[in-house]
Amino acid sequence: MSATDRDMLKLPKKKFKMWNWVWVILMILGLVLSVNNTQTSLPEFFANFDQFAEIFVQMAQPDWSYAGTAIPYLVETIKMAIISTVIGSLLAFVYSLLIARNIVHNRVITGVLRFIMNIIRTIPDLLLGSIFVAIVGIGPVAGILALTVFTFGVVVKLFYEAIETIDPGPSEAIKAVGGNGMNNIMFAVMPQILPYFISYALYAFEINVRASTILGYIGAGGIGLQLKNTLDMFNYNQTGMIILVVFLVVLVIDFVSTKAREALMR
Amino acid sequence: MAEQPMIEMKNVTKVYDNGTVGLKNINLKINKGEFVVIVGLSGAGKSTLLRAINRLHDISEGDILIDGESITKAKGKNLRLMRRKIGMIFQSFNLVKRSSVLRNVLAGRLAYYPTWKTTFNLFTDKDKQRAYEALQSVGMAEKVYSRADELSGGQQQRVAIARVLTQRPEIILADEPTASLDPKTSRQVMEDLKMLNEKYDMTVVANLHSIELAKEFGHRVIGVRAGEIVYDGKMEDTPQSVFDNIYNGGKGKEED
Repeated sequence: MSATDRDMLKLPKKKFKMWNWVWVILMILGLVLSVNNTQTSLPEFFANFDQFAEIFVQMAQPDWSYAGTAIPYLVETIKMAIISTVIGSLLAFVYSLLIARNIVHNRVITGVLRFIMNIIRTIPDLLLGSIFVAIVGIGPVAGILALTVFTFGVVVKLFYEAIETIDPGPSEAIKAVGGNGMNNIMFAVMPQILPYFISYALYAFEINVRASTILGYIGAGGIGLQLKNTLDMFNYNQTGMIILVVFLVVLVIDFVSTKAREALMR
Repeated sequence: MAEQPMIEMKNVTKVYDNGTVGLKNINLKINKGEFVVIVGLSGAGKSTLLRAINRLHDISEGDILIDGESITKAKGKNLRLMRRKIGMIFQSFNLVKRSSVLRNVLAGRLAYYPTWKTTFNLFTDKDKQRAYEALQSVGMAEKVYSRADELSGGQQQRVAIARVLTQRPEIILADEPTASLDPKTSRQVMEDLKMLNEKYDMTVVANLHSIELAKEFGHRVIGVRAGEIVYDGKMEDTPQSVFDNIYNGGKGKEED
């Protein structure tokens, strides 16, 4: 016992950093300046609050008889989400393998393909919807195409990063037994990445169900169209009904999907 | 006339892309049926030496012959067929943790099949039986349908040995096979390697940290320091001072 408690040094005080304060002041200044510059006004935001309450009261009394009209549209929405999740994820699966640097070692190929992916990912889903409505016309096909591209973007990003984190050991072993590239993918890579893929596809499905309810707003099919119609005609009781069924369906799908993903990762 | 060596390294030099010298002018002959242990400090080049033999690492200069045939010059399918003759055991086992033990062991047969057959999992009953028999000889038969990550480290290494046995290679490279195991399981794993060496006449080249295990199982010792072979001799003729030299970074040598 060479050092007793008394011999130990006291924990030194952390050094006071002047720069931290400078940054805080700069940020507050920036906030004030941008509020002034864009003429943001909080009182204005709350000015129409009484009207909000009125609409909310109406929505809180949903028109139950409207359910018969709303549910078929909701089913269409879910169909759109399923089709686009399946197509988008499958495309993403192949693409992710091509841009994962531990699978494809050619930096030029991965670089170019990643650049393309990043461009696709920057387009928001509503904009995609508008583009496809313009191309294929109003209807669920436009919505499906928009969601397919959107799914692709979500799954590719998550999935290729998951592929790049796998244990390289099994691949080394497959190489050592004399296996080729395809053997490596089937025996060493696939078992490690498949759970991630299914998990991300389910996650994309959750997002798609939510996103597809909005897409109808711009004419891309699904329940969003009814949402817009009822709002335009001030039928807030019907709007309330739509919101209620959408809420329930999203809740159930999210719950099931979350549980499924937890089970997969075991 | 001496018999043809199983492994022959001629003036082998390996320089990594960042300029680090991994191997310096290595000349080495290993005959069929030998049990060779390579000893040396971490970073001395033991792993690089082993991985050069089956070309998991490419060498910069020189040539490596496996059973008289150059693996350095082999390409594509030819290279894969040569690797089929060389099994490998890894420090971290390198099993696919989410796959079953059977599937991991069957992977040893991959290079015996056309790719499309293995892609659809069309292994013959004979090979499945072979895999099961390999598991029996390392005492892991009852785990055949377990998932690899349910096994302990020692059990995983024995599955890896079963994989090598199923591969039926002529050479086995073992890269620190016991470094992540406790002393008791280490000994079991070494016994398994000994079994492959004696029963199946496979040539074993093993990197070992443990001098004790090296002395007990090796027939021949190769000492490696800073990418060079500094000792090569029969185990029974090797005095303790050789090990002391190798592990003391050459300090002992200067005193000699």
